[in-house]
Amino acid sequence: MRIHLLSFILKKHKFRLSRQAAQLSFIPKGHKFRLSRPTAQLSFIFIAGFAAFCNPAQAAAKIENWQTPQGSRVYYVHTEGLPMVDIQVAFDAGSARDGSQFGLSALTSALLDTGAGQWNADQIAQRFESVGAQFGSGVTNDMASVSLRTLTDKPLLDKALETVQVILTSPSFNEADFQREKNRTLAGLKQQEESPGELASIAFYKALYGDHPYGHPTPGSIATVSALQVADLRSFYQKYYVATNAMVVVVGDLTKEQAEQAAEKLVGGLPAGQKPEPLPEVAMPAKANAQHIDFPSSQTHVLVGMPGTFRKDPDYFNLYVGNHILGGGALVSKLFNEVREKRGLAYSASSSFGPMFRKGPFAISLQTRNDQTGQALDVLNKTLADFIAQGPTEAELTAAKKNITGGFAMRFDTNKKLANYVSMIGFYDMPLDYLDTFQSYVEKVTVASIKDAFKRRVDPQLMQTITVGGSANKSEK
Amino acid sequence: MNNRLLCAALLVLPVFASHAAETKVSEHVLKNGMKVLVKEDHRSPIAVSQVWYKVGSSYEPGGITGISHMLEHMMFKGTDKHAVGEFSRIIAENGGEENAFTGDDYTAYFQTMEASRLAVSFELEADRMRNLHLLPDELKKELQVVTEERRMRTDDNPQAKMQEHFNAMAYTNSPYRNPVIGWPSDIENYKVEDLQAWYQRWYAPNNATLVVVGDVQPKAVFALAEKYFAPLKPSELKPLKPQVEVEQLGVRKMTVKLPAKLPYLVMGYKVPSLKTATQESEAYALEVLAGVLDGGSSARLESGLVRGKQIAVSVGAGYELHSRLSTLFTLEATPAEGKNVWDLENALKEEIAKLQLKLVDNEELQRIKAQVLAKAVYERDSGFYQAMQLGMLETVGLGWKKVDEYVDKVNQVTAEQVRDVALKYLVEDKLSVAYLEPLPITETKIEKGVR
Repeated sequence: MRIHLLSFILKKHKFRLSRQAAQLSFIPKGHKFRLSRPTAQLSFIFIAGFAAFCNPAQAAAKIENWQTPQGSRVYYVHTEGLPMVDIQVAFDAGSARDGSQFGLSALTSALLDTGAGQWNADQIAQRFESVGAQFGSGVTNDMASVSLRTLTDKPLLDKALETVQVILTSPSFNEADFQREKNRTLAGLKQQEESPGELASIAFYKALYGDHPYGHPTPGSIATVSALQVADLRSFYQKYYVATNAMVVVVGDLTKEQAEQAAEKLVGGLPAGQKPEPLPEVAMPAKANAQHIDFPSSQTHVLVGMPGTFRKDPDYFNLYVGNHILGGGALVSKLFNEVREKRGLAYSASSSFGPMFRKGPFAISLQTRNDQTGQALDVLNKTLADFIAQGPTEAELTAAKKNITGGFAMRFDTNKKLANYVSMIGFYDMPLDYLDTFQSYVEKVTVASIKDAFKRRVDPQLMQTITVGGSANKSEK
Repeated sequence: MNNRLLCAALLVLPVFASHAAETKVSEHVLKNGMKVLVKEDHRSPIAVSQVWYKVGSSYEPGGITGISHMLEHMMFKGTDKHAVGEFSRIIAENGGEENAFTGDDYTAYFQTMEASRLAVSFELEADRMRNLHLLPDELKKELQVVTEERRMRTDDNPQAKMQEHFNAMAYTNSPYRNPVIGWPSDIENYKVEDLQAWYQRWYAPNNATLVVVGDVQPKAVFALAEKYFAPLKPSELKPLKPQVEVEQLGVRKMTVKLPAKLPYLVMGYKVPSLKTATQESEAYALEVLAGVLDGGSSARLESGLVRGKQIAVSVGAGYELHSRLSTLFTLEATPAEGKNVWDLENALKEEIAKLQLKLVDNEELQRIKAQVLAKAVYERDSGFYQAMQLGMLETVGLGWKKVDEYVDKVNQVTAEQVRDVALKYLVEDKLSVAYLEPLPITETKIEKGVR
């Protein structure tokens, strides 16, 4: 049966993932717009529970860290038990580096394996697949990355590594490949317009971030992608895919020496280049705002939120644990209880903080029958306002801590999950003992500290509300 | 080149074999008929526990389609011992993750927790296997939740909605014609009595399989299973009617018109599954054939239609090797700008014709097999996936031992067998085709206002 675990899906934010996870589909290259395949018909009681499987978090593993001679950072964890390794190479070259050419980062990433060195797309794919290796490339707002999963037998490993090396150091950016991939992206963007959830997400980012580099969708828009030229991709690649802007993660059954050689092989051939300037700070929205987009769907998709927390935020653990109680817990949270369990208003109702280099979104999401939108929004806003005013109870906090610390080992119980964790730690330059100290930071959180953090950081006077759906009278047949 | 590729594949074999020894499955059957499967994986101090019931949407008669899924939702609504919501609260407090899923051929419930807390999950699962409360007020709310789920998954998703109509056309009398989530008017009209009857009929230890994968010792798990599940009374299970699909007598085509932006094509050929094939090798040959067409970016469809002819922006092939009843070999695609679904249909048929006329070359075949071998290693990175394979194969009636046979059987498939199944099954008279014809989406209106 063709069922693929969701850890293969490369998605940037939890609230997006919790919708798309429903498909249980395998998106081969982390291209956001790969159209999904018909999949096993599975119906989950609640999809966001599955998000936990691929939510990068932290791990108590021994991370070793060094720099290549050219200045790339390397993060390595040795794991045993399976003859395989997960490798990621990441650059500060996500969609936030698009400038005014929205979609540039994503299309550059998509072109990488369509031609490199002497090889065309077929030959590259054959090289990986003949040794059973899995290659992927993709971008988030902050990061562009390629990933490789391969067996560790030397001839197989060497062939896979050599292929990635050539992809990273000598991509061809042929005009014909460019036109084809551009057309595929445009088709994906067009298809996005048939999804109320996608439209809501785009409008939400725009409302939160305006002209900030986080304000546009990673794949761009039809207008901006149409205007891209292959030369734009080449210069983007030359500027950002450089050694000092690169980070390598190696997690698997390789010795340290092998990991050193692998990292050197992968990025040693890149010019040193320069690290780009840090992204600008996020400006908060001036005031609360609501926007409705009329769409002929039977449900209205609701997103409420504002810029939230960033990776090195001193308030992070207060916000994280607080949100776990408010709407982050999969089947147990205040929002889930008020919206779904008590009133049956939605299949999924949750909230999340998506920490990024700068303040990522705090987002509350639900989907409900069009004529119930007002009622659902009232419940959502009241639940949020009550939480900000009163904070959690001691009992709720104790339960949340038990859930988070009791399940701590599950955050990194697979090679893939651990690799994603190490990647986050490396990319955002978090302390190497982040994993070891995670639980103690969670334990330190108190009712008062959550209340204080939410009061300062989650302001109903600044909330952006997006609704996409049909009007109430067109709702139910 | 051929030699090198062959080497690559062979090199993987001993790797797999040397590790296969560590992953033995232990089996134990309780006196009440419940089967317990345990697989050790000591890489992390956790365990996943799954309870699989032999019931799913393909077990459902008309009028109550989707009731297996509805019951899955109601299984979280309390028992004699535990009030509504208690189940999830207890699992959460124990640091657990949990969920449940329903498919055509199974309903399954799972918890992942620290291995030392396995008893927590056993106690709760045993309790709700026999002592569920089905309350009218809870059903009323949960019906709304499931209706919202259907809107989100199907009603507001053009391709999903088309798939639903396609299945209803392709199958004549097989229960696979019905959606897992159920038809709208069936969902609307479930009664507590319907759910009670469904629960009584299927939720019994002798209709369930317990699978545990993780940092556990089989003997200890069996003892724990004895303690919690053995006291449950078995039921007398009424045999399921076979509902064997009648022979298709010619090609079937349909157009589905929906507000959408892109056209879309789905094709499906009637084929046996591993369970229903008269010769197992045919099913494995179909599995390899799916790999030839869609086993990665180097496979024929992506290479030939997305890149070569540039006739599709996306394309895929699928085969459900492990379905309980005969199934469809599906092809689906979205045309590139300037191409249409009929161009695509022809191109896909040309690919089928090539498979019928010319043997797949050795290099290509070895590439498919190398991927299968590697995936067998990668899959063991996830305890959840391993448990899922065991549970699924046991539940559809193939038996969990088929999991271990998979790599060998795929390896034995020859180019001739791939051609032969293409000739036998991928023929016009067994084909169903659906075209999604996009209707305009009403103009987007944006209203702004300050709250």
